Amino acid sequence: MGAEKKKIKLPVFLTKPRYRSRVASFSIILAGWLILEIMMHTGNLSSLFTSLLVPVCCYIVAAIGLNLNVGISGELNLGQACFMSVGAFTAVCLSGSMAGSVSSPLLRLILAMVAGAVAAAFFGLIIGIPVLKLEGDYLAIVTLAFGQIIKSLITNMYLGFDAAGFHFSFVDNKVELQPGGKMLLNGPMGATGTERISTFSAGVVLILISLIVVFHLMYSRSGRAIMAARDNRIAAESVGIEIFRTKMLAFIVSSCLAGAAGALYGLNYSTLVPAKFDFNTSILLLVYVVLGGLGNMTGTIIATVVLVLLPELLRSMQDYRMLIYAIVLILIMLLTNNETIRTWTMRITRKLRRQTNG
Amino acid sequence: MLKITDLKVSYGMIEAIKGISFEVNDGEIVTLIGANGAGKTTTMHAISGLLKPRAGSIELDGQELTKLAPHKIVSMGLAQVPEGRRVFAQQTVEENLTLGAYTRKDKPGIAADMEEVFALFPRLKERRRQMAGTLSGGEQQMLAMGRALMAKPSILLMDEPSMGLSPLLVSEIFHIIEEINSKGTTILLVEQNAKRALAIADRAYVLETGLITLAGTGEELANDERVKKAYLGG
Ligand SMILES: Nc1ncnc2c1ncn2[C@@H]1O[C@H](COP(=O)(O)OP(=O)(O)OP(=O)(O)O)[C@@H](O)[C@H]1O
Ligand SMILES: [Mg+2]
Repeated sequence: MGAEKKKIKLPVFLTKPRYRSRVASFSIILAGWLILEIMMHTGNLSSLFTSLLVPVCCYIVAAIGLNLNVGISGELNLGQACFMSVGAFTAVCLSGSMAGSVSSPLLRLILAMVAGAVAAAFFGLIIGIPVLKLEGDYLAIVTLAFGQIIKSLITNMYLGFDAAGFHFSFVDNKVELQPGGKMLLNGPMGATGTERISTFSAGVVLILISLIVVFHLMYSRSGRAIMAARDNRIAAESVGIEIFRTKMLAFIVSSCLAGAAGALYGLNYSTLVPAKFDFNTSILLLVYVVLGGLGNMTGTIIATVVLVLLPELLRSMQDYRMLIYAIVLILIMLLTNNETIRTWTMRITRKLRRQTNG
Repeated sequence: MLKITDLKVSYGMIEAIKGISFEVNDGEIVTLIGANGAGKTTTMHAISGLLKPRAGSIELDGQELTKLAPHKIVSMGLAQVPEGRRVFAQQTVEENLTLGAYTRKDKPGIAADMEEVFALFPRLKERRRQMAGTLSGGEQQMLAMGRALMAKPSILLMDEPSMGLSPLLVSEIFHIIEEINSKGTTILLVEQNAKRALAIADRAYVLETGLITLAGTGEELANDERVKKAYLGG
């Protein structure tokens, strides 16, 4: 009664979910970047931490892609690490072969990342075309198998590069190189002698690009169609959505991001073994996505950072490490799935909205 | 005009529609009545392209539909309200309606049609920002109907729109169907509620285990002894 409650006019980017989620994730990334850069330059960052910066960026990008595939499009993918693998080894080989011709490491990194993304997208296309035409959880099975196949393939591949170009073999020691030539892939030993050209800044830029791409897609006409196909297949078809095309779009973008992330990862180490991107890594990525919340990109970023850093930070507490890791997993699960907390955040957002709609 | 000739649809080895022919003329309300499992939904899905028929033809204004993908059929002006209130649960009422116009490009036309849908279903307007999954059953049915109208169809297929609704709401839904029809949209209606459906239909067909066994005007069938016995409860 009496005086009307004063309405605070909040800017639109804080109230509409489509803007709010962007603002949240972009600010987290930019703030994190700024803080870490400052810490690095003032010498306040341990070498362990510094060494984790690039891999964390890579996992974030791969997980964002996976969330588009699993959370938004609703297709289970058990082989995201394998798309990283394709991107990583493509990038390592390309960068190695370009060492003589392209002198700028940054340009080489960019080219290698693009090549990694394209290669992974190509495999996404090959897998997606037959599988996504089917109704049912076939993608999970096929991506699982694909992971094994790619791992075995790379484990048995020998690739060398010299003045005459690439030399390739599936048999050990069959690659003969001219003097000055270099082995790029050594079977089970993977890639060795890679020049480390990845940088943290490149990682942050890649995260920002992937967020821009994914948000643009999510809140576009195609994005709504992707979610509609997930929510109700028959209804989606009945309004004229082409299910196969929407699912394909999400899957390809997801593979592409994993490929670029893998490229950055591969070029961050002087040696890289194919076993790095195995089934366990795919499952870990899935854990980041599920714990961060399906369809929630900000959540994915936070979950990835916490869950990648945690085991490293707990290294000194050998005995309790896995125990604490498990407890944190359970806590995050409780937090993100707790009814009380969810109604609480919903109440807050509704209040914000009411005030602005006034 | 929608013309179905000798349509046969199978699920694997099982033949669900065994060769039916019927037509829906422009401006009509035609209803297809039949018991559970008679093949009504199968027929609807075949017409809108969700199922590929094994044989026969489906023509809309002389153009063959059986080889076309569902989105082509929608953009030709044939929309469907699928059975069982299939809304996009995780999207708002407004987003659901926008998706109904997925095949259209004319933004002003879409906005105008959305207002028209809201005029037809004021309850949807009040709840335009609510998640579709949290609507009541009746509201979801209205949303499914509104969403189909957003395609601006010249012919609308409705599969059991009154299923599971309270008697009051059933009346409301049937009134709205008549209203949609009076504005010029042709309607093919599938119903279990044969009494109601026959009352508003210009013509009707009875479907029994994949075959059409009776045809006539709505009034004729409503007074037919066989129909009375089987579908109108005596
Ligand atoms: N996907 C399917 N696979 C196999 N058989 C099916 C499938 N869908 C429907 N059928 C069968 O086809 C027949 C016709 O089913 P349909 O759904 O068209 O019936 P209906 O007339 O719509 O029934 P209701 O009034 O219960 O909705 C039924 O015998 C049903 O069991
Ligand atoms: Mg049915």
